[in-house]
Amino acid sequence: MAHDTRTEPDPGAAPEPSGRDARLDRELAGLDALELAAGTRRNPLARVWSVVWPMLTAVLIAVAAWQVVVWSGWKESWVLPGPAETLPVLWDQITRPRFWESLALTMRRAVIGFAVATVVGVLIGAVVSQSRVLRRAFGSLITGLQTMPSIAWFPLAILLFQLSESAILFVVVLGAAPSIANGLIAGVDYTPPILLRAGKVMGLRGVNLYRHLIMPASLPSFVAGLKQGWAFAWRSLMAGELLVIIGDTTSLGVLLSQARELSNTADMISYMIVILIIGIVIDQLFGLVDRAIRVRWGLDAR
Amino acid sequence: MTEAVQAVPSRTAAVRLAGVSKMFGTGGAALLALDKVSLDVAPGEFVCLLGASGCGKSTLLNLVADLEAPSAGTIDLGGARVALMFQEPALFPWLNVTANLELALKMRGVPRGRRRARAAELLDSVHLGDFAGKRPHQLSGGMRQRVALARALALTVDETGGGRPTVLLMDEPFGALDAMTRDLLHDEIERIWRERGLTVLFVTHNVREAVRLGDRVVLLSSRPGRVVQEFPVPMERPRRIDSPEVATLAASITDRLREEVGRHGA
Repeated sequence: MAHDTRTEPDPGAAPEPSGRDARLDRELAGLDALELAAGTRRNPLARVWSVVWPMLTAVLIAVAAWQVVVWSGWKESWVLPGPAETLPVLWDQITRPRFWESLALTMRRAVIGFAVATVVGVLIGAVVSQSRVLRRAFGSLITGLQTMPSIAWFPLAILLFQLSESAILFVVVLGAAPSIANGLIAGVDYTPPILLRAGKVMGLRGVNLYRHLIMPASLPSFVAGLKQGWAFAWRSLMAGELLVIIGDTTSLGVLLSQARELSNTADMISYMIVILIIGIVIDQLFGLVDRAIRVRWGLDAR
Repeated sequence: MTEAVQAVPSRTAAVRLAGVSKMFGTGGAALLALDKVSLDVAPGEFVCLLGASGCGKSTLLNLVADLEAPSAGTIDLGGARVALMFQEPALFPWLNVTANLELALKMRGVPRGRRRARAAELLDSVHLGDFAGKRPHQLSGGMRQRVALARALALTVDETGGGRPTVLLMDEPFGALDAMTRDLLHDEIERIWRERGLTVLFVTHNVREAVRLGDRVVLLSSRPGRVVQEFPVPMERPRRIDSPEVATLAASITDRLREEVGRHGA
């Protein structure tokens, strides 16, 4: 530096404003680069595997435990068949058209019920979250409805709607809507106060305040409510299909109760496995949405 | 623009507080946060409000920003709007950096077609032009605070008609940053203030920061907050926070501040 032959401006002189700004630019850029040191990215296959192997291990442990109970001779094998007998039956079932027709009916009920519950839940949530007084008044009532076992609604549902699709729909909606409404209310309640202040200074009011701040801010909580609502809807639907059997329709619930009447335990366990898998798959879908939001917003420490 | 216009009773003030008091709660539990605070800020002036904890600095900014109403006294902004910057960036995490600025511009009446370009300009002015598509969490704390500064600058734009001026309120905006980043941001805010001719009311508890930045440092007492003394800062800009002149004035202000704090221990 000291041997630089170029003529430098006198270091004692005050630097020109433009030179100062250029230096500031450079320093800021340098600091930014240092602070944003790139994180290491993992290979996507390795990431999928890191999620899949614990699940597979858990399934294997569950099946092994089932096999151990069978081997212990606790029950006759026609009462409690082992995995070796049940899994071929499961395969046989899922290759039959009747199974797929039943599954289609069940899923149609689930989707319609969940959709209606979402509409009802959002409407109730939107109205109740409007004011603190309404939240206090109805918040605990909605939470109370959430804890009520949906099967307890069936006697009333059957009185009101007889053995019909409406009876099942009624209970599914009552099961799911409170969770969805609660998710929305919690989301509105927990909009960070600092963001509310920032929004007010910006001039966000009324509709704009909801559209640009409160609605997006409550999205993670709303998705959590949907996820829980789905779990309740699925449970209520299964209870409904076992209790409300309509004419000659076949659904998963009907298949399950017929298998019980005929003491086909292997069939019964196959259907139960199907019900479990559907529940898990849809829960995982909601989980994906939830994770996507968290990553997008940086809510996850990575 | 940089010369401190002393408070003269005339309508030249950008911000005029006259006998402003703020009381929280009622009856026996009532707390007097601010007691008859009077303060004039001239257009284009950079005023630092300095005080220990509980001096009601943030309350004062909330009053000026019309987020709360004073219990007594008047606040006259002469029709100006405010932009407020907090210690936290308070950016909307669901929007990327550009969209955060565009929302602020939208609220100031900038038509859709011009928002993208205005947002890019603002980002360039805080040296973040390359980060337009990033989300807040992908930036460092200092960078987020610069985006927050750009958003506050976006709020100084007014195209809703009338072209009202804007007062920039800053509530310990660099309090959560490391010293290195903070020093750079001091240069940055000073440059932007100079270029845009902004009126700034800057709250801090850091005495050197106040002397580094302010045309004038207003010292507030605690519980209740009152104006204790005003210190004009005569040093020429740009100043260095570690220069002897800044240190000397900061030391005398600190002594006065300690005296004030000491009264509460007696």
